[in-house]
Order: sequence, then structure tokens, then C-alpha cells
Amino acid sequence: MTADPATSQRLAITTDGDVVRVRQAVRGLAQGARLSLVDQTKLVTAASELARNTLVYGGGGEAVLSVEADGRRTGVRVEFRDDGPGIPDLDLAMTDGWTSGGGLGLGLSGARRLVEHFEIDTGPGRGTRVVIASWSR
Amino acid sequence: MDTVPILKLGSTLLVSIQVDLSDQTALQLQEDLAERITQTGARGVLIDISGLEIVDSFIGRMLSSIAGISRVLDATTVVVGMRPAVAITMVELGLSLDGVRTALDVEKGLRMLQPEDSEAPEALLLGLAAAEPE
Amino acid sequence: MPAADAARLAAILEDRTADISAAWLDRVVAELQGRTTRAEAQREQAEILDALVDGLKAGGERVDAPAFDALRGLLAELSAARARLGFTPRETAVGVFALKEGLYAVAGEGDAADVADLTALLRLVDDLGLFTFESFAAARESIISEQAEQLLELSTPVVKLWEGVVAVPLVGTLDSARTQVVMEKLLQTLVETGSEHAIIDITGVPAVDTQVAQHLLKTVVAARLMGAECTISGIRPQIAQTIVALGIEFGDIRTKATLADALVAALRSNGAARTPAAVLGV
Repeated sequence: MTADPATSQRLAITTDGDVVRVRQAVRGLAQGARLSLVDQTKLVTAASELARNTLVYGGGGEAVLSVEADGRRTGVRVEFRDDGPGIPDLDLAMTDGWTSGGGLGLGLSGARRLVEHFEIDTGPGRGTRVVIASWSR
Repeated sequence: MDTVPILKLGSTLLVSIQVDLSDQTALQLQEDLAERITQTGARGVLIDISGLEIVDSFIGRMLSSIAGISRVLDATTVVVGMRPAVAITMVELGLSLDGVRTALDVEKGLRMLQPEDSEAPEALLLGLAAAEPE
Repeated sequence: MPAADAARLAAILEDRTADISAAWLDRVVAELQGRTTRAEAQREQAEILDALVDGLKAGGERVDAPAFDALRGLLAELSAARARLGFTPRETAVGVFALKEGLYAVAGEGDAADVADLTALLRLVDDLGLFTFESFAAARESIISEQAEQLLELSTPVVKLWEGVVAVPLVGTLDSARTQVVMEKLLQTLVETGSEHAIIDITGVPAVDTQVAQHLLKTVVAARLMGAECTISGIRPQIAQTIVALGIEFGDIRTKATLADALVAALRSNGAARTPAAVLGV
């Protein structure tokens, strides 16, 4: 899956307000890609969790949003990148209820359940990169 | 930063969230509400979230915290107007809103907060609402 | 074949239009007896031939060449229209393949120099015929998926049973997609009607798998988050066994034996004031 530069959009995540802006941008693309209302809501919620992770645990970063087409379906892809400390134990971080901050520990594991496609690339000292995507029915 | 207005209706505090909540705004609302409950001696808090397009773990935690804080301050919290898509997403996310009472709309929420004392202003208001054919 | 050849092919078609069209038309009319009129077939044919000649003149060699965009568009449109009218694939493609009849008729009397050109034309017609088949299949597929969607909507009616009580009686096999549609529709109806009670009746459901059971559970939890209570009624003994065997936690989910029991329970908790005594049997 590659981002089409014509439709991709890059948003910095350095403040609290940026998380809201990412949510709104993802919502706009999801509507345009004709995702069902429930799938839109799930994708935006997942994006909100991940944008907050990027800000709080990654020390800030960016989100790259794009619209994808695959024959009959259209989809929205969002990539979150930060150069933070990374996640040392991914399996543990993907467990419900586990949190390194003050959250409910639903961020990563919850976000994964809300979208069709989820991939994560992280490790100690090399930042974190998470890609999510959902498609129209 | 946006702030969410808190209205007082008899012994109930009414909050209608109409903005896309940032984490800061959510925390501010939580603080403001705690203060207003003690200030006014409110017995009920009604939070209308029909304007919210999502409830993620942060906002979910805020709602639970508000319910917990108001319980400590002897007030009941009712969250009303959750959209179906939001509810489905919250279930998938694993958010349960522990300790939060919910109702479909403002009217039903107010009824849940109706005090025994029918002289209270909102009881009169509810009397009007209840008189409407159902 | 170079562009010069394409132009020569176009010339053949134009020079012999009358002969080609006659044989072509006879074949189509014979095949589609009663399904289309001669005039209609003739009109379609003229359009196809024009588009084909234009494509060849524009240097089109292969069916997927940009020169044939108009022709492909025309054929796709014709195929889709026929798929909707219930034509068979054969009845749809014959309109193109019968062009070969016209070419054979010309070949029978033509001189040797034309044979190579005619072969090239026949090959092109074959490709166009295959394209028609593909378009037909694609159109059929989209009709089927539209119908499946409509059926899904129809098969999950959310009905208002009483003031404040809505129900969805489910009949037939539940898959994950259908259960999800039901869930969304039921919750939406709760909001629209302001109902605080929902009943999912699964009397007509022969079996559930883990995923479907999970979806039902999630619906109940979601309804509760919204401030409504959801009861599941009509659970068959086999389904009860499945639920327990699969280790699915039904927890404090309200269940009732029948839809009637569930309705009475919902009315009771709604408060006696809005409940006619007859329903409660008091």
C-alpha cells in the first residue's frame, strides 16, 4: 500500500489542538471515501487514540493521511510517525489495560480493533510508526 | 482554547458538548464541573453528548471521572444523547463508562435526575414534558 | 498491425457496409427473436459499426487502445442495459459476434488480398465479443450485490411494538455482516423513536456462531451505553447450548423465552402508568 501524493496530506502533531485537527481531517477523508458512518467513527476514534500516543509517548510527530483506491472500494490510510523512545515490549503494549502513561491502556489494542488494516513498527530508540486503514463496503 | 458552558437549571447542572473536545478542554470541563457542583450544591449533572462525533478513551475517562467526582460530592451524573455509531465504537474499543448512568435524550435524562421533592423547578418542567402525549 | 492497416480495415468496413450489415443483422434478429425489434437491432448495429470504423480510423489496433474508448463505452453500456433486462450472456454477446457473419459473407466473394485484413478484423471482433462478455458479467455482479444489500435491509425490519418498545425479529442464518446491519439499524431506531427498550427476537435463527453471538452481545452493551435496555428473546435450546459450549459470557444480559414475554417485561419496567392493564393481565 503506497500513499498517492496527489491526495496525501501531512499534519504535524505537536500540540493538543493538533490531535483534534487530525481527527477532523480523517473524518473529512472518510466521508469523501464513502465509508459507512460506523466505519468513519471507528477510524476517527482510532486516529484520535494514535495521534494522542504520538503526542504523549512519542513526544510529537506527524500524521500522513491519504485516500486509496482498490478497484471498487475506496479507503483512507493514516500513518503516524514519531522519533520518540519507541516501544520496548510491543506484545505487552498491545495488551488491553496495559499503559505506560495515565491512560486506560486501550490506545493501541483498541485502535487495532477499530480498523481493517493495522501495522506497527517500533523498537527501543527508533521511534514508532503506526499505519491504519479502513475501506468502504 | 474552547470552554464548554455549564448551565444551571434548578438543582441540576446542564452541559451540552458542542465542540470537538481537545484533551485540555475535557480536563477543564472536569475541573469546572467539580467547582460548580460544590458552589451550587447541585444534586444532578446532565451531560449531553449528542454533538460528539467520537468518544475515545480520553473522553470516556473524563465522563467516568465526572461521574465519580459528582458521586463524592453527592450528585448524580447522567450522560445523554450518545450516537449509535459512537456507542458501537466504544464497545469495540472496550470502553464501558463505569459508574455512568445514561439516557437516550435530555428529557429522559432529566427524568432520571428528578428529585423526590416535586417542588423543585425541574420537577415542574418535567411535569410539562411528561404531559406531552408519548 | 500498423496504423495504415487499421485505416485499410476501416475502408473495408465502409466499402462493404451494406453487405456486412445485412448478414450481421439477419443473424442477430434470428438469435434474438422476440427480444428486440429489427429496427432496434439495426440502430444498435449502426452505432457499433460507426464506433468501430472511427476507432480504426483513429489508428486503433487492439481493443484496449484509447482509439476504441468510445466503442468500449458503447458496448459496456449495451451490455449493462441487457444484463438489467434479463438477457442471457449469449443474447448479449451475439450482437457483436454476429458481425463475423457479415465478414464471412464478404470473405466468400472477396479476392485473396483481403484475407489477411479480414482475419485481422475477425480477431478484433473476437476481442470485442470477449469485452462484451466481461462487461455483462460486471453488470450482473453489481446487480447481484445491489440486490443482496436490499435483501439485507428487507430481512431486518425494526418494528415498533409499543410506545417505547422496538423489536427486530430475525429469521434465517445470521452472518457477521447481517448482524452488524441489524445492530446499527436497531440502535438508530432507538434514537429516532426515543424508545428505551429493544427486543432482539431470534426464534427464527437456527444457529449462531461465536462471532454472531459476540455481535448480539455488543448490541446489547451498545444499547445500554446509549441509555436503553435490550432483551434477547426466543433463544433455541441448541443455541443456548452453543453459547455455553463456546464459553460466551452472557453475563447480565436479559433473555426471555418468547417475544411476548419480552414485551411484557419491557412494558412492566416502563411503568404501569403507560401500560394497559390488558397486556399485563391484571
